[in-house]
Amino acid sequence: MNDKKFQIFMGYLLLNLICFVLMFAHAAYSRREMRPALAEKSVMVKEYSLTDLCLFTDARYTRHPSMADLNTPFQDYPLSFEHFPSGSLVPPPPHLMSLSMAYGLD
Amino acid sequence: MAWIRRQRNFIGLTLNFLMRRKGKNAALFLVYTMVVFLLSSVLFFTHAVKKEASLVLADAPEIIVQRLIAGRQDLMPEQAVDKIRAITGVDSVRGRLWGYYYDPVFRANYTLVVPPEFNYGAGNLVVGKGVSRSSIVSEGGIIPLKTTEGKIVTLTVQEILSTESELVSSDMILISEPDFRNIFGIRNGLLTDLAVTVRNPKEISTIANKIKKILPDSRPITRSEILRTYDAIFNWRGGIILLILSVCVIAFMIFSWDKAAGLSAGEKKEIGILKATGWETSDVILLKFWEGIVMSLTSFLGGMVLAYLHVFFTASILFSPVLKGWSVLYPEFRLVPFIDAYQVTTVFCLTVLPYTAATIIPAWKAANTDPDAVMRA
Repeated sequence: MNDKKFQIFMGYLLLNLICFVLMFAHAAYSRREMRPALAEKSVMVKEYSLTDLCLFTDARYTRHPSMADLNTPFQDYPLSFEHFPSGSLVPPPPHLMSLSMAYGLD
Repeated sequence: MAWIRRQRNFIGLTLNFLMRRKGKNAALFLVYTMVVFLLSSVLFFTHAVKKEASLVLADAPEIIVQRLIAGRQDLMPEQAVDKIRAITGVDSVRGRLWGYYYDPVFRANYTLVVPPEFNYGAGNLVVGKGVSRSSIVSEGGIIPLKTTEGKIVTLTVQEILSTESELVSSDMILISEPDFRNIFGIRNGLLTDLAVTVRNPKEISTIANKIKKILPDSRPITRSEILRTYDAIFNWRGGIILLILSVCVIAFMIFSWDKAAGLSAGEKKEIGILKATGWETSDVILLKFWEGIVMSLTSFLGGMVLAYLHVFFTASILFSPVLKGWSVLYPEFRLVPFIDAYQVTTVFCLTVLPYTAATIIPAWKAANTDPDAVMRA
């Protein structure tokens, strides 16, 4: 009885291990296969002078976070809160966290 | 050989013990697998986006120069191009024309970009896959855009950008300069911002400082700052990612604490009987060690493989409602699976090690007590 359970368990563990190894093999294969797609994106970035990834399209400061300023998220009215859902996912870029950069001061 | 047979018997016995409390252990297995799945999904997704951003944006402009007025970005006069070009070390300066357009019909935001060379001429467009999807337009179709004066301009779609490039181009519309200026009412001589290339990459920050001196109302953003932005967004130490990871780790701590806080009366009795029938403390610990390993290893491997399938085969379907937010136009991108031993080790150390420790310690305590006292407790 113990032997049967042991064999079933070992079979299941082996299956898991095979899947785990296959995961790395697939990742390596995909990286090679997707190289042309990566190159295409790089070419596009260079050709059109792009600065950001298209991850969020609801607010402009999350569409191009590296180009954002500190005012835009709170632009609607005095004391307004930032309200786009993607705003809670995207923190201000590090270069805006320095006040001199954010406000164009020396 | 004898050692292997002994371990094999221990595993068999461990499985018997686990099967005796099927319901409880099945629930533990599910929770454990879920925690590993969630942790691994977050790590796989954030690492893949960060890595892809670093590779793709490595060709972004070395310096972008924006003009700031009252803390907000404003249009840059064309004269600034010559002023920056005169700085020693600057290779080229190109004025960029780009902006956002909200389509009230499809409630989608587009990014309009004027490329340096637009082969199709005025009256035509090249659109990203996301734009074509959300506005249900194909090659040869038309897209009406409203100018700042309220007039409708009808433009013909000449080409749709590839699906593979969606991560950078999904919401993009490439348009000619006259159409762009007409739609946004931007007169000649004004630009959105400037893209500067530098001869020696080591001089980027020096040139950025010189630009700031020559044009005091400008804000130069260097390529390294652009790249750092994506590191910051997908850094596990900040924002929503920290929140998700904290929830996972706290759930797992409660789960492990429950195990470590003490054994159930039945489990204590089992240990007491084993000790009374001549088992050594080390044998009991070995049995519990195998119990921890059986549970941990299966949950860990299962959770990792599921996370991989989730992130790289289903395009993170569980995360997409959070990522989409209010976006109508959402890119359908397939991330390149950048996974490595670091991520696997991180998840292993955060889950398997504490769980195994939490299984062994209370068993060791019980095994060190008098069997009679343990069975009577």
